[in-house]
Amino acid sequence: MLKRSLFHFGRFIQWVPQILSRPENFRMYWRETMRQMEQIGLGSFLIVFLISIFIGAVTAVQFAYQLTGFTIPRYYVGYIVRDMTLIEMAPTITCLVLAGKVGSNIAAEIGGMQQKEHVAAMEIMGVNTSSFLVLPRLIACIVMVPILVCIASIVSMIGAYLGSVPTGMFTSDEFIRGLRAFFDSYHVVMMLVKALVFGIVLCLVSCYQGYYVKNGSVELGKSSTQAVVISNILILLSDYLIAVLLT
Amino acid sequence: MIRIENIKKSFGEKEVLKGLNLEFHKGKNNLIIGRSGAGKTVLLKILVGLLQPTSGTVWYDDVDFTKLGKRDLREVRMKVGMLFQGSALFDSMTVAENIRFPMDMFSTKTKKEKDMRVDLCLERVELEGANDKYPGELSGGMQKRVGIARSIVLEPKYLFCDEPNSGLDPKTSLVIDQLISSITVENNITTVINTHDMNSVMEIGDNIALLSDGHAVWQGNKAEVLTTENQTLQDFIFASPFLLKLRDSFVKD
Repeated sequence: MLKRSLFHFGRFIQWVPQILSRPENFRMYWRETMRQMEQIGLGSFLIVFLISIFIGAVTAVQFAYQLTGFTIPRYYVGYIVRDMTLIEMAPTITCLVLAGKVGSNIAAEIGGMQQKEHVAAMEIMGVNTSSFLVLPRLIACIVMVPILVCIASIVSMIGAYLGSVPTGMFTSDEFIRGLRAFFDSYHVVMMLVKALVFGIVLCLVSCYQGYYVKNGSVELGKSSTQAVVISNILILLSDYLIAVLLT
Repeated sequence: MIRIENIKKSFGEKEVLKGLNLEFHKGKNNLIIGRSGAGKTVLLKILVGLLQPTSGTVWYDDVDFTKLGKRDLREVRMKVGMLFQGSALFDSMTVAENIRFPMDMFSTKTKKEKDMRVDLCLERVELEGANDKYPGELSGGMQKRVGIARSIVLEPKYLFCDEPNSGLDPKTSLVIDQLISSITVENNITTVINTHDMNSVMEIGDNIALLSDGHAVWQGNKAEVLTTENQTLQDFIFASPFLLKLRDSFVKD
């Protein structure tokens, strides 16, 4: 297990310079990056929207329940929901979901191309496939994942409002007062750092799993699953490390 | 011309190629034949640089292909076209986009020039008007022809074909063989074809090498196939009693 992990880590480290080498044709890379941005960004919008709205609603309801009976002012729920969303829920939950949706898709797409000899065909044409297949996806993730996380945080707070105010848990004024209270912009920075790191992690892990897939549909399925599992573990691990480093 | 010298390739303990020495001539259809597992695909992958040999040298004219740096390797590869067994057409692209891909990547031609070249290549493989179709909408033979069109779009000096007839009916196989052969002669390119299709051997085999157990056990042309005494070749080509009888009657005549 350790030997295998070290093997993959070593191969990954050797692979990175190939990914970052100079593109053969900037226009083709740009076109591919735009395509990936559309696929990763727009393609994930609905699922991120739905999950965020419910997570926000549940967070508000749960905290309102937890704080019942304490002398803490009710508007604090809005404040807790906001910080909870910015620091943890929006970046982490969104990226765990994206690891499942985008990550498995990337691994399956590149893996399928590898198995159908598309990658070999490009390689023989003289294309640096490591770069052409990974760099546009990496740039797309670096740009789109933070945008999706920002959207998730806003939608989550709207979800919290919709899940608690109409049901009479607290008034609209109380909730909005809570959202505005004790705001620290550093939390937004933390959210964006997390989104960026998680985006890079989920993209590179998934691309690696797809690029080095072995032959056969079973292997393709396995690499797709591995992409999700490993991305999730590394996202949670980096979440902890960022929390330690930035707080 | 491509020449290989003492090519060996091992995967772990298993030695697949055991010191091959072969020459593939310019303007000829050079066929690599052999039973499944004889090392044909491994040799082809070494020839195009998808695999590195354990030892030995591959010469592209006077260039040692195995010792090239990344940039030089890319330059040689731009002179190489390859037709894959499964065609390897990009599913998400149309026929025209597939053919144009190598030009988009490496050529400085204008869009109009590229479109003209695509049309010319499609005309060459007799698929005029298929520009906007997707690979999924084409038959196996048509996909192969698009694959050929893509492989010749940059006017290669070397053309490699991996099992060009696999999965095709005999008539379509013949069309593909004749297409590859005429492109080879017209453009005076070095074509290496990996096959175990006996129709191809007898139809276009200008220079045939038989691989067996990692060695090149026979080399000759299609005429020599019929008269050779080499037992391995006879066992391979005339595998059925029917073919053996057919050969005997042909030789007698």
